[in-house]
Amino acid sequence: MCLAIPARVISLEDQNMAEVDIMGVSRHVSLDLVPEAHEDDYVLVHAGFAIQVVDEQYAEETLELLKELDIADIELEALEPEGT
Amino acid sequence: MDLDGFRDPGVARSVIQAIHDTATSPVKLMEVCGTHTVAIAKHGLREVMPETITLLSGPGCPVCVTSNSDIDTAIEFGKQPDVIVTTFGDMMKVPGSYSSLSQEKADGRDIRVVYSPLDALDIAEKNAEAHVVFIGVGFETTVPVIASAIQQAGRRGIENFSVFSAHKTVPEALRALVDDPDVAVGGFILPGHVSTIIGLEPYRFLAEEYGVPSVITGFEPVDVLQGVYMLAKQVAEGRAEVEVAYTRAVPPEGNPAAVAKMNEVFEPCNAEWRGIGVIPGTGLSIREEYARYDALVRVPVTPPEPKEVKGCQCGEVLRGVTLPFECKLFGRACTPEHPVGPCMVSSEGSCAAYYRYTDYGKSP
Ligand code: SF4
Repeated sequence: MCLAIPARVISLEDQNMAEVDIMGVSRHVSLDLVPEAHEDDYVLVHAGFAIQVVDEQYAEETLELLKELDIADIELEALEPEGT
Repeated sequence: MDLDGFRDPGVARSVIQAIHDTATSPVKLMEVCGTHTVAIAKHGLREVMPETITLLSGPGCPVCVTSNSDIDTAIEFGKQPDVIVTTFGDMMKVPGSYSSLSQEKADGRDIRVVYSPLDALDIAEKNAEAHVVFIGVGFETTVPVIASAIQQAGRRGIENFSVFSAHKTVPEALRALVDDPDVAVGGFILPGHVSTIIGLEPYRFLAEEYGVPSVITGFEPVDVLQGVYMLAKQVAEGRAEVEVAYTRAVPPEGNPAAVAKMNEVFEPCNAEWRGIGVIPGTGLSIREEYARYDALVRVPVTPPEPKEVKGCQCGEVLRGVTLPFECKLFGRACTPEHPVGPCMVSSEGSCAAYYRYTDYGKSP
């Protein structure tokens, strides 16, 4: 449960929130813990928060790996907003 | 050697060869991260190790190490009138002494799974007449997130929200493991995403005080193998250091902003770990200034006397002294569909990982 999934910051929003793209799913996460994050940065997302800024190559490799480990599905299910 | 599951079998083979060449004296290495547990089980990494290396799974899953009495307390919150309990999904099926959160939900209690503590804040905002308790379980990866949610509750003026802090911190638990003569860990494979928050410093005592090497590594099978190789090399050269095989996600200093938030809201306290007992300084309680967000203050409850499940060896499994399939209940009375202990409930628990990815215990 300490898994964090890489995402790309699409745009910054009010209240320190941001829209991010996680494996093609758009979600709103808090940037409270990574005040330095900008648009187009890659971040690790955990429980609705970006927790670290990472580089793009790392992000892509990790995403692929998570798919292989079947873990991403579990996390992504949790990510789906209710009712969809 | 079956390396089909690797993205680059050639690289895996050469790292495995290097491990065989380097590990000349016997050593027990322990991973303390549920995602590593899954990677090791799924890719059969135990089977490709030389005889000198024993891979053990440690207390790497926050759900699994949560004590029965903490689960009982979480359940007790759900029994209070006008209380909505919110929790991460992993906690739902974990059996406490007498029940589980999902059992209680089936019995009509208002217990809701959320993805983020921010969802719990939204629920509180929409249900002004109720009090929303969030069950806070997790290691340093999760704690800053909860700390920030508590501060956001303050900024948003949400008063009907509190957190039951059953969080735990990792480094001092490692001390308890090295102090345990039954375990005799010779090196640690450290968790990547806990370390992305806390950095290297908190682990240094392992090398400096105990002479135990450790390596922070990622989740790819080759990452884990590389971590094992770096540990074997330290052992062979008689060195003990904290090394990082995962530099792109773990800056040496971690995430100082996240650590600062964690320390603003929480302070260390003692915590009971399932199977290990109380480890001083590994729990986190909510500081006085934030007491109005402390569920133990806002919704006082008295949980029943806890009791342990007969026959479940999660305690020994979590300390690395027993392997999951050595438990008599494994694969028989205890399966992911009907879990007896938390190590079988959580997808990152050692028993569940063994059950899913290995043949042990499945064929009678
Ligand atoms: S197999 Fe089940 S009963 Fe045995 S230690 Fe694991 S969780 Fe406990």
